[in-house]
Amino acid sequence: MNLTLLIWRQKDARDKGKMVKYQVSGISEHMSFLEMLDVLNEDLVNKNEEPVAFDHDCREGICGMCSLQINGEAHGPDRRITTCQLHMRTFKDGDTIYIEPFRSKAFPVIKDLIVDRTSFERIQQAGGFISVNTSGNTQDANGILIGKEEADMAMDSATCIGCGACVATCKNSSAMLFVSAKVSQYALLPQGRIEAKDRVKNMIHQMDLEGFGNCTNTGACEVECPKGISLENIARLNREFLKASVK
Amino acid sequence: MTLNSKVPEGPIKDKWISYKDKINLVNPANKRNIDIIVIGTGLAGGSAAATLAELGYNVKAFAYQDSPRRAHSIAAQGGINAAKNYMGDGDSVYRLFYDTVKGGDYRSREANVYRLAEVSGNIIDQCVAQGVPFARDYGGLLDNRSFGGVLVSRTFYAKGQTGQQLLLGAYSAMNRQIGRGKITMYNRHEMLDLVKVDGKARGIIARNLITGEIERHSAHAVVIASGGYGNVYYLSTNAMGSNATAAWKVHKKGAYFANPCFTQIHPTCIPRSGDYQSKLTLMSESLRNDGRIWVPKNMEDAVAIREGRLKPTEISEENRDYYLERRYPAFGNLVPRDVASRAAKERCDAGHGVNKTGEAVYLDFSSAIERYGKEQAKIHGIKNPSKEKITELGEAIIEEKYGNLFQMYEKIVAEDPYKTPMMIYPATHYTMGGIWVDYNLMTTVDGLYAIGEANFSDHGANRLGASALMQGLADGYFVLPYTIGDYLSNEIRTGEIPTDTPEFDAVEKEVKERLEFFINNKGTHSVDHFHKKLGKVMWEKVGMARNAKHLKEAIEEIKEIREDFWKNVKVPGKVNELNPELEKAGRVADFLELGELFAKDALERNESCGGHFREEYQTPEGEALRDDKNYAYVAAWEYTGKPSEAKLHKEELKFKDIELKTRSYK
Ligand SMILES: Cc1cc2nc3c(=O)[nH]c(=O)nc-3n(C[C@H](O)[C@H](O)[C@H](O)COP(=O)(O)OP(=O)(O)OC[C@H]3O[C@@H](n4cnc5c(N)ncnc54)[C@H](O)[C@@H]3O)c2cc1C
Ligand code: SF4
Ligand code: FES
Repeated sequence: MNLTLLIWRQKDARDKGKMVKYQVSGISEHMSFLEMLDVLNEDLVNKNEEPVAFDHDCREGICGMCSLQINGEAHGPDRRITTCQLHMRTFKDGDTIYIEPFRSKAFPVIKDLIVDRTSFERIQQAGGFISVNTSGNTQDANGILIGKEEADMAMDSATCIGCGACVATCKNSSAMLFVSAKVSQYALLPQGRIEAKDRVKNMIHQMDLEGFGNCTNTGACEVECPKGISLENIARLNREFLKASVK
Repeated sequence: MTLNSKVPEGPIKDKWISYKDKINLVNPANKRNIDIIVIGTGLAGGSAAATLAELGYNVKAFAYQDSPRRAHSIAAQGGINAAKNYMGDGDSVYRLFYDTVKGGDYRSREANVYRLAEVSGNIIDQCVAQGVPFARDYGGLLDNRSFGGVLVSRTFYAKGQTGQQLLLGAYSAMNRQIGRGKITMYNRHEMLDLVKVDGKARGIIARNLITGEIERHSAHAVVIASGGYGNVYYLSTNAMGSNATAAWKVHKKGAYFANPCFTQIHPTCIPRSGDYQSKLTLMSESLRNDGRIWVPKNMEDAVAIREGRLKPTEISEENRDYYLERRYPAFGNLVPRDVASRAAKERCDAGHGVNKTGEAVYLDFSSAIERYGKEQAKIHGIKNPSKEKITELGEAIIEEKYGNLFQMYEKIVAEDPYKTPMMIYPATHYTMGGIWVDYNLMTTVDGLYAIGEANFSDHGANRLGASALMQGLADGYFVLPYTIGDYLSNEIRTGEIPTDTPEFDAVEKEVKERLEFFINNKGTHSVDHFHKKLGKVMWEKVGMARNAKHLKEAIEEIKEIREDFWKNVKVPGKVNELNPELEKAGRVADFLELGELFAKDALERNESCGGHFREEYQTPEGEALRDDKNYAYVAAWEYTGKPSEAKLHKEELKFKDIELKTRSYK
């Protein structure tokens, strides 16, 4: 198929940036979206133009490196997948596709479609861990019994890939879904209970410092989250935060 | 230089324990004055960085991604082995040791493998304490599954995202230390070379991938944990950025490179669909617990399938060839990866392949769905369940076990694997070869260590499923933190290593010149053009089946591609900016050298073992024919200026605790 692409080009953090139009042809429906961008870039290199910079690595939906706001939607029109898992069969010959970076004050653009998500890193550093040394001198793994249901729920929360689609989607740029996923994972496990209060306070504090907005329960994040992290996590986060604050 | 593996004396069961007791330690006050650079934050690097920081060293960790959590370990699906014997099925440290040595086709070092098995149980304890949500049964105990090449269930898993959960565990441990200021994390930084001072590893030259700035970093020891080199094939299950640069650069600075030709071609990957293909996606080996592999027995059926005239579900049971079950009744669909991959290639070469390309076989879940469905019906007391009900119940179990893999498959292939069998084909997946290390995980350069997939150590000529995660974490959490202390105990009086020295000047100059060269070359073809060409040669002539003629051709062809690359490569943009094409150029330049050494190593090894199959050396039934008399050694290559002139050093492998015999899975 033949497509028209409107892509955000921005030289560096200081540049103002603008949408630029490109044409691509001979795109197969079996290509992934990023392979389509590869085709464009190969073409640009051959024409001595600068290729479009975008983040990606695993190309199988797990590293969380890829991003992109495609036709206004984080990770594109399909649900429960990342941009790298999006395939061109989702589009039609002749379509015009708008491709922009994830937008949020806390995710400044580095170049073209690449944004800086290290604000997520700092939130994790503030409390996204259990304080246990890695010496191996812990009790036998089966010494801690964990019900299958809790274990499965903790696992569901733990599958967040840190991509930032929730933030990009939220009209308030809130990072609540991301933070709640980590807080929930540990809140659901006995190992994590000990530090639960400090964890939730520290992570929320850092989240606020990074300039993410407030959650007004629009639920948009849940819809666009490629890993199906549910709003229940946010509810749990709120409960945890309340518990930590009343003491 | 002669190779000294430094394996401690004594019975294999006591080696590690008594060695640890006697190892030199660094006192806590002195650790504060010692810096360690860790390249890579995957399971190996991440766990090492966290543990070294906890011990009190100052750690500087590097990753080319924007977060440690994105290292390619994140993509590991199936699970991690440990000799816990929770299932009571006869597992033990010895059995895990034995399985690993046998699975590796007797080309690994006994003492290292034993140690790996010995610490494996601890890994699980550690990860659970960190909050890794492993799968559990209804009683709240940890659940296990089986992987290829073994007869016990010792694989721990977190759905189909085990690597992700383990890496997030190590990442959380790192974050705790980053928060405390004990780890300085350099995201979006790429190591471009090693700096040696007086023969010791003392630092690196790195490029800040955002600004393009070239930086000097010094340390008392450098740890390479940069992963494997599977992308030398261009297409592999590795991430797009996975590369050999750190490993190759240290090789050129004196670290021997061991067994480069030992590469794992994984049997169950989604087949390629076109020339634009940028990577291949793995379908975890765990699927072989429940999936049955087959091709049409009759050639006409295979042709009809390829031409789209017939559906797999229309082929009756007696017209299917479950070739693994037929050839290897004892292990069936769970034979080791090298065996399964070659068997798939054999069937496809014989014309029985499916998919348009003829390069695919089926992985079928219908029997498992039926089996689970009936089981569930019984459990729920449903009498005379309908076929639909059985399917529904069975599918629910399959979804719980492999849901994310099935979804991944459906998104890529646009077919529903619950209803029609998956199509799979082998693809490059893992590299057993890597930087040579001794028992301490130190390379042939003093103060330079290599851990995880980047080293050659524990898997011999073929790695068993779920053992790479185990090795990465064993190296990083439990082995390196001890052994590195032995070396660093001599460094307590060294003081901070300055970077304004001629040694740093010289390496930085080299690095800068190379980057400038790429930008100024203004050639005719993109970097990918050359990478794809290299990949094609590697796959066709240094792939699943090799022979002397092809290997010699490959060596010549790779040389030609390399010369062409250096003349005609085109890299747009500038050095001092974010420039993905420039990053790729450096990586491909290194693959073009590594590829040649790879082929040379394969040519030199006149035997078939594990993932290295030489057509000249096979039994009448087509099984690998090993030559223990002449090749029971590790081939460690020393760089002498050109890959073609690399000098071979042999580490003889002695098997004292396991009898050397022909591998059989029949
Ligand atoms: C799809 C897939 C599934 C797998 N499934 C399993 C499984 O189920 N069980 C199992 O046991 N094994 C599995 N494996 C194998 C296993 O995941 C890997 O061998 C292992 O995770 C490698 O870990 P590592 O820490 O050595 O390297 P990686 O995780 O690859 O990390 C490499 C690190 O090095 C950094 N790096 C690389 N080069 C540079 C440089 N020049 N400068 C700076 N930083 C650099 C990267 O940024 C990254 O942080 C799988 C592998 C793949 C690809
Ligand atoms: S919660 Fe979902 S959308 Fe947000 S970072 Fe995690 S995976 Fe991405
Ligand atoms: S590139 Fe890894 S999730 Fe998309």
